[in-house]
Amino acid sequence: MSNVKIKVISRNPEDYLRATKRDIHKLPRNYDPSLHPMEAPREYVRALNAVKLERVFAKPFIGNLDGHRDGVSALAKHPSRLAVLASGAFDGEIRIWDLALRKCTRNFVAHEGWVRSLCFTPNGETFVSVGDDKTIKSWKAEIQTPDDEEPINTLLSMSVVSGVTHHKSKPLFATCGEHCQLWEKTRSEPIKVFKWGVDSLHHVAFNLVEENLLAACASDRSIILYDSRESGPLRKVVMELRSNSLAWNPMEAFIFTVANEDYNLYTFDVRKLSHPVNIHVDHTSAVIDVDYAPTGREFVSGSYDKSIRIFESLKGHSRDVYHTKRMQRLTCVKWSLDNKYILSGSDEMNIRMWKARASEKLGVLKPRERTALNYSEALKEKFAHHPQIRRISRHRHVPKHIYNAKKELCTIKEKNKRKEANRRSHSKPGAVPYVSERNKHIVKEDE
Amino acid sequence: MNLEKKKRYFETDPEVSKTDANQNNNDFEVYNIKINPKSLKRKPSHFKNKNDGKVLKKKFSGKSPINPEKLEKHSRGEGIDHNNVKHPLHAAKLKKRENKLNYAQKQAARSEILLTEQQGSLVVEEGVKTTSISQKTIKESVDIAAATKIFDLKLDFGPYRAKYSRNGRHLLLGSAKGHLAAFDWVTKKLHCEINVMESIHDISWLHVETMIAAAQKEWLYIYDNTGTELHCIKRLDKILRMEFLPYHFLLATVNEYGFMSWLDISIGEIVSHYNNHLGRTSVMTQNPYNATLCLGNSKGVVSLWSPTVKEPLAKILCHKTPLTAITVDNRGMYMATSGVDRSMKIWDIRNLDGPIQDYRLRSAPVDLQFSQKDMLAVGLGEVVEIYSNCCTQTVDRPYLRHRMAKSINNFKFCPYEDVLGIGTSNGFSSIIVPGSGEPNFDALESNPFQTKKQRKEAEVKALLEKIPAELITLNPFDITEVDVPSMKEQMEAKKKLLYLKPKKIDYTPRYKNKGKTNIARKKIIKDATRKEQIEQAIEAKKHLNLPTDQNIPKQSFGVLNRFVPKPKIKK
Repeated sequence: MSNVKIKVISRNPEDYLRATKRDIHKLPRNYDPSLHPMEAPREYVRALNAVKLERVFAKPFIGNLDGHRDGVSALAKHPSRLAVLASGAFDGEIRIWDLALRKCTRNFVAHEGWVRSLCFTPNGETFVSVGDDKTIKSWKAEIQTPDDEEPINTLLSMSVVSGVTHHKSKPLFATCGEHCQLWEKTRSEPIKVFKWGVDSLHHVAFNLVEENLLAACASDRSIILYDSRESGPLRKVVMELRSNSLAWNPMEAFIFTVANEDYNLYTFDVRKLSHPVNIHVDHTSAVIDVDYAPTGREFVSGSYDKSIRIFESLKGHSRDVYHTKRMQRLTCVKWSLDNKYILSGSDEMNIRMWKARASEKLGVLKPRERTALNYSEALKEKFAHHPQIRRISRHRHVPKHIYNAKKELCTIKEKNKRKEANRRSHSKPGAVPYVSERNKHIVKEDE
Repeated sequence: MNLEKKKRYFETDPEVSKTDANQNNNDFEVYNIKINPKSLKRKPSHFKNKNDGKVLKKKFSGKSPINPEKLEKHSRGEGIDHNNVKHPLHAAKLKKRENKLNYAQKQAARSEILLTEQQGSLVVEEGVKTTSISQKTIKESVDIAAATKIFDLKLDFGPYRAKYSRNGRHLLLGSAKGHLAAFDWVTKKLHCEINVMESIHDISWLHVETMIAAAQKEWLYIYDNTGTELHCIKRLDKILRMEFLPYHFLLATVNEYGFMSWLDISIGEIVSHYNNHLGRTSVMTQNPYNATLCLGNSKGVVSLWSPTVKEPLAKILCHKTPLTAITVDNRGMYMATSGVDRSMKIWDIRNLDGPIQDYRLRSAPVDLQFSQKDMLAVGLGEVVEIYSNCCTQTVDRPYLRHRMAKSINNFKFCPYEDVLGIGTSNGFSSIIVPGSGEPNFDALESNPFQTKKQRKEAEVKALLEKIPAELITLNPFDITEVDVPSMKEQMEAKKKLLYLKPKKIDYTPRYKNKGKTNIARKKIIKDATRKEQIEQAIEAKKHLNLPTDQNIPKQSFGVLNRFVPKPKIKK
């Protein structure tokens, strides 16, 4: 019996307790699954809590910038500085804002009548504005001397100009109006004029990756593609209703999204314009403006139904909807270049700042906070399809008018479906063909 | 054989996962590459090491291999086969997820190297049995701190029940004659000691060591750690046995008349209360793996209960005689039962077909208890025997035997310690069982060295993560699986539509048109609803793809076909 070796658990408290009160507590971990029973239900409860907290913290509105004396008609974000924003109004005034301080740094009347559109040059030193007075003016972004307050350059166009966009690298910009015109800063005449039928164009945008490509929305319900190196327009696609604005995906060169008058947004692939890649529904009135997030994964749209919606670019329904009691019809929306904020200009003279992700915490995150958030994010993804969790994460409060309009749209859609089915059942087989939703809204494609 | 026994019941094929585990040993690296269908088919040649062809003697030959047994321990079941997924994108996503899970499993297995403490053990010479090693010998050969864990309390108030708190730091004693005492058994610091002047049938710690539940002669009482009565719960009367389910915050009780109740102690509501129709049952234990209750009745049947279902989830006839004790091990794999017939059986609680082991003992056991490391303590009158490794193989003699001069009432293994605490007819005694406890605790789960502040924080965290009582099912992983039965239910509901009578509508017009009859309109509406019903039935029929009678080829008798009776057409 003498040669018995016995070992028992005997813990020295010093190994498990902190030495001083200023020390952190020692937390030995053991990942043995038998010590962590009921893993699945516990994770489910955590996911439920996480998704509830997300809704609790969903307070997207950050603040508003007031100062304009008329509705905001155009916004332009600075290509390199996050805090700088230029905005134009229906009374011809342009204001430059410091977003960090939420203050207007400069304001001046630039045009007679509306400021139709604004855009910064790629170096960020100047910006171009077009107005109802058929002028295209270049301005310095920052003023050092009193002379800088005057426009650097004023170009007079023969016809109306309603949109402007700048080439990403070359000193070249395009305007639209009666025709699409390409300008260089040094010349007083457009270097190229693209014409296709008699139509007026109201929005034009350069591609951000394939830099020479540009697209315009025309009031004859068409979207026209141009190449700045060529002499004529490339292609056009005609839709059932007109598109109000257009945004190129900054990551995928061949994808663009248009905001359409028929309450929907359409994402197109340049290579195949005959039908859209995706239709984004949810708005209950005409969509006025659209802008992509710098990641190209999401975009924001502003609508005439007084709400902003955020869509994931591959999904048909919106991820989130923003609205306030005071915000009226949206005229322009922008997604900031740090992928964190959304700016919106509306009819009632205010520019509003929103968070791009409604429940995100602003400011610096501590590492523990970040891991906790990542963990809950993963849990939410894991249990996303559980009915309870899905219900909570999808729940949004919308104003009554949107709620009612949505119901109405639903009945209209059902009615159409029923009618079509009835027609189909009472006519010769094949006489009423099935047309997919994606093909319904396209009239034709021209080369 | 050993590995096979450790499998969970949702893992189907042990062979496959074994080979999986071996494959996982190969080192893999995660490359952040956009996957397209083409690249999936192609062999990734550029991943290979450039030095493959050359003969180089490496100093460092990559990561150390992982012990497959350890890897198996951290397994969450075998993965999904991504070969059956049709879309290449989804297949790629699934594969990526699988890789992540495998990586996590490996990291968890590798992290075992960081564990500081080692499991207790008893090593003797070849041919010498450990059974005869007495507590005195153990006391002599362990260090002083450990030796203080062997102690005896001589108390006067009759048979005692003992229970340890979840972190194994505190001990609760309750006697049949009303003596209730709570103390920190490591430092021997007394929290409270009262006599409730009533018989105490069972005791239990609640989620923290500041609250105690005691089932007294009439009602259930809750005391705090100074002995102050916090609650008297009169809805729970004549309770025989209690179990606290820590993750659900439920105090599960069974009373003299067979009523089972689950009391949510965080909100003070009774979640469920029903009669089990088993009569008086004083043998109850919880399955820590899925928080179901195991009741053993006088007919030898063990039944598993959850608060939401009023019938047992499962029933097993374990013995042909009344049951004396049940216990379930920590991982929810083995159940040990004993009957008056002096037999003890080990069951696989997930299969429930036939006992794995069948032991015959010298007398009928008073109590059974599994330790964290799957040692089984058996109380036989005045002797407690501890069996080690008795589930997978038949052992012929106990690992340790401890004899006392008093009869055993109940005993519990102390969590995270090598200690067995025995409540006896006249006191409490604590003995050392080397190798019975888990040496490394997880401080975020239960921490024996918890400070007051840590305890408060943990309490809040635990309350936030309280699992709803509805989630108590036989398989706790049910929640992560696809809800197949509800799909079945949907089909059933559709099937029902076929045989439903059109519902009667009570037609009372909102606005009475005086002088006009509404008979025609009534008819129209009734017809419309009937038509709708019929349409629904047709639709359902389409969905279900029910076989139609016409398609069945009839047996042909040639010329004699004319004598085959024709089916009657119902009008």
